[in-house]
Amino acid sequence: MEALTNRAKQIDRSPMTAWEKMYLPAIVKGLGITFSHMFKKRPTIQYPEVQRPFSSVFRGLHVLNRDEEGRERCTACGLCAVACPAEAITMEAAEREHGEENLYREEKYAAKYEINMLRCIFCGLCEEACPKDAIYLSETFAPAHYDRKGFIYGKDDLLIPDPNTHREAYEKAAAGRVRHKVSAF
Amino acid sequence: MSTTEIIFWFLSALAIFSAIMVITRKNPVFSVLYLIVTFFAISGHYILMNAQFLAIVNIIVYAGAIMVLFLFVLMLMNLNKEGEPRKNRYLLWSGVIAGGMLMIVIIAALQTSKPEIVDSFSKGDIGLIQNLGMALFKEYVVPFEISSILFLSAMVGAVVIGKK
Amino acid sequence: MFHLLNAGIDWGLAIEKLLLIVVVVSIALGFAMYSTYGERKVAAILQDRLGPNRFGPLGLGQPIADAIKLFFKEEIIPNRANKVLFVMGPALAMMAALMTSAVIPWGDKIIIGGKEVSLQIADVNVGILYIFAVVALGVYGVMIGGWSSNNKFSLLAAIRGASQNISYELAMGLSIIALLFVTGSLSLKDIVVGQQETMWNVVYQPLGFFIFLICAFAETNRTPFDLPEAENELNFGYHQEYSSMKLGFYLFAEYINMFMSSVLMATLYFGGYDIPFFNEAASTLHPNWIALLGFLSLMAKTIAFVFFFMWVRWTIPRFRYDQLMHLGWKTLIPLALFNMLLTAAIMLYLQGR
Repeated sequence: MEALTNRAKQIDRSPMTAWEKMYLPAIVKGLGITFSHMFKKRPTIQYPEVQRPFSSVFRGLHVLNRDEEGRERCTACGLCAVACPAEAITMEAAEREHGEENLYREEKYAAKYEINMLRCIFCGLCEEACPKDAIYLSETFAPAHYDRKGFIYGKDDLLIPDPNTHREAYEKAAAGRVRHKVSAF
Repeated sequence: MSTTEIIFWFLSALAIFSAIMVITRKNPVFSVLYLIVTFFAISGHYILMNAQFLAIVNIIVYAGAIMVLFLFVLMLMNLNKEGEPRKNRYLLWSGVIAGGMLMIVIIAALQTSKPEIVDSFSKGDIGLIQNLGMALFKEYVVPFEISSILFLSAMVGAVVIGKK
Repeated sequence: MFHLLNAGIDWGLAIEKLLLIVVVVSIALGFAMYSTYGERKVAAILQDRLGPNRFGPLGLGQPIADAIKLFFKEEIIPNRANKVLFVMGPALAMMAALMTSAVIPWGDKIIIGGKEVSLQIADVNVGILYIFAVVALGVYGVMIGGWSSNNKFSLLAAIRGASQNISYELAMGLSIIALLFVTGSLSLKDIVVGQQETMWNVVYQPLGFFIFLICAFAETNRTPFDLPEAENELNFGYHQEYSSMKLGFYLFAEYINMFMSSVLMATLYFGGYDIPFFNEAASTLHPNWIALLGFLSLMAKTIAFVFFFMWVRWTIPRFRYDQLMHLGWKTLIPLALFNMLLTAAIMLYLQGR
């Protein structure tokens, strides 16, 4: 049979010579190999203090975006919920009242917007489906919880900080692609 | 009472107590463990007589090797009540008779012997390894070598049986 | 020590020896504690990891955390286990491990208040044989623990351990006999003094040292001879049913054994407390300083050996059981016998000249 790759190695199964039977040369060689590892660079990342940089295409926790004036972009059209293969997204729409123009960009907005992070498979289809650039996958992952309730993220968990009041937090979260630091609790 | 005497009586009591325990325990594993304690007590006696080599060798050979092999066999045996073989009455009587004969022989031997070392605690230095070596390899070299041939033959026998 | 008995009790000596015992045992325990840390650190370094580094600087508090963890774990005695022996097992293992320290010369004499104090608990003139006796007793801790657990795997592991120890004791003894030809004494103190005057014994007995080293690995149940605790075949080994500090004792006894056999190798073959390239007898230093330096030199040698133990552990895989027995009975014992005959022949030749 033809080999698929050229990495296959023919193993020599001839009986061991007396020199090989002593095992000692092999053991000394092995000791040398392990000893040389003492001087290698350690790839360890001290996790809570140091964090591994995410790839720029990493698909992590969702973020509900705001526009430049701090208004929510989401219009509760439901396309993300339809696109979601895991059916993790639910929402309830509401109509914008007078005096709420600075809160919501369009006449319709999501009164309730929930993502079940246990169902979510982080495929990013919601991000692609959204016509209003309202939902993004950020470069963080969901932290652990003691109960399942904690994994159902509501609007207050998902919304990006308001640029009018928390400019710095917004910049930080939206830098480049939309980023969103999930606060530790 | 001097320290030596206290130690002597303590060791003697320990030796006799554990020797009795060896033959009265139902569980053979405990018997073996008590036998080890007996060996230790006897080694203590050897030390009192300044026979250090004998004391240590007693522990190495008996407690360290032979008793381990005993334990080995006992631990692998199934010590259930059901598995216990029926005791033969003739075997019991023959055991009593053989044991009694052995006791008579020992008593006879002890009566005629003159215990000399016993009343000179840790004074003699015959038990020190150097003197012992000199005695074994000069005066008693022929019996010593003959006994080693005995051991060799036992070893060869074991190998032959193992090869079968 | 034995002369103590007939001379009544010399209280000064008794207190001195008692203090020495306390110090030596605590050093051994402390060393064992930190060799658990060392083991993890060495393993990490050899595997490109960092090892424990959270508790205290460089993770030096790790052994304390481990000890606290072990102490607070639930103590479980299996229902069908033999309770007396179950408790006795770890105690015996620990005792046998610590008893070796009695005859090892930890340093030269020191002078306290005009009184000479020897840094050896007991200068027995059958020192090496004493060590063999204690090593032989170490088997009981394993066997009793394994049997009394009432668990098949524990029993199998215990029996493996016992037969392994007995097999390797033979080769060890034979390699020591060749050493005794060279030193002419069984007292460890005399052996060290002899090495101070001439050369280290490893120069005269390289093959003997090598055999002793391999046997020391087997006697301490360290990889590549850690068959009594081969997880893949025996779950966890002879201490499978143990928990809490009783398990801790077993694990600890292994490290103390490792420490003691390292000290022993340093003493028998590498000059003990002898400081290399330094003439102790001719120096003008205060004897206390010499004793301290000697002790440090012994410790340095010991640490080197302990590191070697760990280095080997994280390099070589475990032997198969038949390979182990093959190596012990068919390779090491003939080799040790050959070494013995060779040494004897050379000694006789040198005497005859």
